[in-house]
Amino acid sequence: MQITVNGELRNVDVEDNMPLLWVLRDELGIMGVKYGCGIAQCGACTVHMDGVAVRSCQVAAATAVGTEIKTIEGLGTPDNMHALQQAWTEHQVAQCGYCQSGQIMQAATLLEMKPEPSDDDIDAAMSGNLCRCGTYPRIRAAIKTAATKMQEA
Amino acid sequence: MGRARTIARRSFLISSAAIVGGVAFGTYLIKRPIDNPLLADLTDGEATFNAWVKIDADTITLIGPHADKGQGVVSSQAALIADEMDLDFGQFETSFGLPSNAYWNTAFAEEGAPFMATDEGFVAETVRSALGGILKVVGMQATGGSTSMADSFDKLRHAGAVARETLKLAASKQTGVPVAQLKTKSGAVILPDGTSISYQSLAAVAATIDPVQDVTLREPSEWRLIGKPMMRLDIVGKSTGTLPYGIDLTVDGMVHASVRTNPRKGGMVISFDASVAKSMRGVLNVLEIDGGVAVVADNTWRAIQAVNAIDVEWGEAPYPDEMDAHWQVLTDTFTPDRLDRKWRDDGDVDAGLAAGSVIEAEYLSPYVAHAPLEPLNAIITVTDARVVVWSGHQGPGQVQNAIAKVTGHDTDQIAFHNQYMGGSFGHRIETKHIQHAAEIANQMRGTPVKLTYSREEDFAQDFTRQPAIGRAKGTVANGQVDTIDMSIAMPSVLASQGGRAGVPVPGPDASIATGAWNNPYAIPNFRMQAFRAPELAPTSSWRAVGATGAGFIFDSFLDELIHHAGADPMAERIRLMDHDASRIVLETVAKMSSWGGELKPNQGRGVAFVESFGVPVAEVVEVTATDRGIRIDKVWVACDVGTVVDPINLENNVQGGVIWGLGHAINAEITYSEGMAEQTNYHAHEGMRMFQCPEIFVRGLENGHKVRGIGEPPVPPAAPALANAIFAATGQRLREMPFNKFIDFV
Repeated sequence: MQITVNGELRNVDVEDNMPLLWVLRDELGIMGVKYGCGIAQCGACTVHMDGVAVRSCQVAAATAVGTEIKTIEGLGTPDNMHALQQAWTEHQVAQCGYCQSGQIMQAATLLEMKPEPSDDDIDAAMSGNLCRCGTYPRIRAAIKTAATKMQEA
Repeated sequence: MGRARTIARRSFLISSAAIVGGVAFGTYLIKRPIDNPLLADLTDGEATFNAWVKIDADTITLIGPHADKGQGVVSSQAALIADEMDLDFGQFETSFGLPSNAYWNTAFAEEGAPFMATDEGFVAETVRSALGGILKVVGMQATGGSTSMADSFDKLRHAGAVARETLKLAASKQTGVPVAQLKTKSGAVILPDGTSISYQSLAAVAATIDPVQDVTLREPSEWRLIGKPMMRLDIVGKSTGTLPYGIDLTVDGMVHASVRTNPRKGGMVISFDASVAKSMRGVLNVLEIDGGVAVVADNTWRAIQAVNAIDVEWGEAPYPDEMDAHWQVLTDTFTPDRLDRKWRDDGDVDAGLAAGSVIEAEYLSPYVAHAPLEPLNAIITVTDARVVVWSGHQGPGQVQNAIAKVTGHDTDQIAFHNQYMGGSFGHRIETKHIQHAAEIANQMRGTPVKLTYSREEDFAQDFTRQPAIGRAKGTVANGQVDTIDMSIAMPSVLASQGGRAGVPVPGPDASIATGAWNNPYAIPNFRMQAFRAPELAPTSSWRAVGATGAGFIFDSFLDELIHHAGADPMAERIRLMDHDASRIVLETVAKMSSWGGELKPNQGRGVAFVESFGVPVAEVVEVTATDRGIRIDKVWVACDVGTVVDPINLENNVQGGVIWGLGHAINAEITYSEGMAEQTNYHAHEGMRMFQCPEIFVRGLENGHKVRGIGEPPVPPAAPALANAIFAATGQRLREMPFNKFIDFV
């Protein structure tokens, strides 16, 4: 089957029900998307499907056909970071960093839908993304900084 | 010295879990310099001055042997070297290095000595120094116990100074300018005329001279990096998904494996039927391993699916099947024959109890899982000549030992490449997953094998925090706390770890009572006894170890007594405090939180103080009792680490430690049924989520005399401070974690 990832059409030979997470990681070598729980409880595998954050561990490969998949690698790069990624570095959000790809992808959808999110909006959108290190205060601050920057832009 | 020696031998158990015995500890061995491991594969034109600095014509590499689990120690270690070397961030690369005795962790000895951290007297310091020597000889390289900064602070600055002075000597030889006229700046030696010679261009000359050993470390006023906010070296990689963790690595020809081992931890495999698994797509191999089964496939998901399709009959658990029986064992532990050590017996406790109306309470602290977000994993290639390993681990030597036992190689044939970790919290000090990967790779010699645990396997095999029961009696007199008689029972986490490592653990286990006995209060009558329960389900170091249970028990009971005395919880703790830096910590958090100020209706505040790992920490938690449950509004933290290496990283670690402590106190425990952990994934063992997270305000103080780490110390006060706040808001005392069994949280 063919799946569009970060603007590129990719051929994969996998079972219809292989989770997109594992198609991305083990078949396509896209490692920014992380395996944390496999049951949509942690959000580490969050990617965009047609512009909306989804848990890639719950999206069957066949479902992804014909959609646009974007991973953290497609959001921005070290040389050309998305406003959220810039804010994440300014606030030094990450500790272990393992959840942060998912956090950033989730936050990107939040800002698409609510360009000026309140604390309650942030809580509602981000509470499905687990951070075991406890970087939540910095995630909140970084989302607000990015929202401001994106409003000014 | 007789007494010091006895104590040293007894407290050696602290580190014996990682040590294979039979080493002689002569002064000669202790004083002898250790070979520089970087010399082993040095090429022409490369210079190394010690185990931490290597330079060639292109690149400066700083070795930070302490593993990075997320606590930011790659950056902190580099900063210590770079400050002395006049290097800027961006001018060097970092490496964890290969395992070596050169990277022994001296600070573990400090933590292992059975003295209060606030005791800086002769005997305490002598024993700490002796233990440091022992650890040097056995070469225990490990990350844990919040020791990284304590271990590194002098060593790495010295390493940087040696490199700087040697590079100056090299420049002097090259130019003829006397060393005294040379300066260094931004990765270069500067001549009197302003000419700048980069360190890299001096590498070839520097490689030909002996490193200058007689160096002077810089005064704190000269530090450019230490104490200033730093930009973590890994921050861009971790914000763009480009920094690889162990689980992200690939090796040419690699296959993917997953395992299922007996969920009755330590139990056997009686039989298994893999016929379905073998027919599944992508499956290359089904193997039996110690206590379980493994599937090797061409994709991680296929391996996990197939290993779950194996029908296994598991053997019995080597511990009680049901949770009630675990608690019963702890309940039965408060007997004279199970007394591990009487840690404190001040004043006259019996007279104190007889003189007043006795207040009694019992507290419970459950098993809890580590569950870092990156599941356990390792890549191992075994050939007849050598083994190569890629994984994130806290104990490189333990990785080598675990593999050597499986494959029969000597440890010096085992090359371990440490990786950034997606969290650990003590999870990655264990080696079962390394052993499993080695067993699979050993049966497929020549093929690189990547083992990935499923999240369910990771939960099922977690060596959890040890459970605890605390019993306390006390009295108050004249509005003050007068007497505390406290007993704490836990299984020994060190015995559990030592059992797996095949190392006997004699003597008392300090982790049973730490967090309770060592708080530097002057309570007139204070007895603190530790009771060692028989081993139950296997346990291991969980962020802040015993101090999370013991700290909760001690500070909760102190708070109860203070309320009975009618005293102010903050003022009475300050009055009782017998250690200047600790008192200032309490006074600081009182100021930060405007303690005593007016509260809104249904609001309450609690304070807790626990010293662990040498760091006094005081936390104030503010909660509101809403009609839907308790909401945690704000937390204020003051701590004293002696010297703050990076204020931003300190704040981040403290916030994380508070969230770790609060989250698990609210909603997390591991319980056993039929010998298996009932919690299989994060839905049943959550920790804190964003919507529950309070604002957290942090102050790092520098009144202590030693440099300390901050990874663990913020954890222990969080749970009691929350329980004390809930009592203040509602009148309900929570004496058992997790609290959500008794009260709702918003």
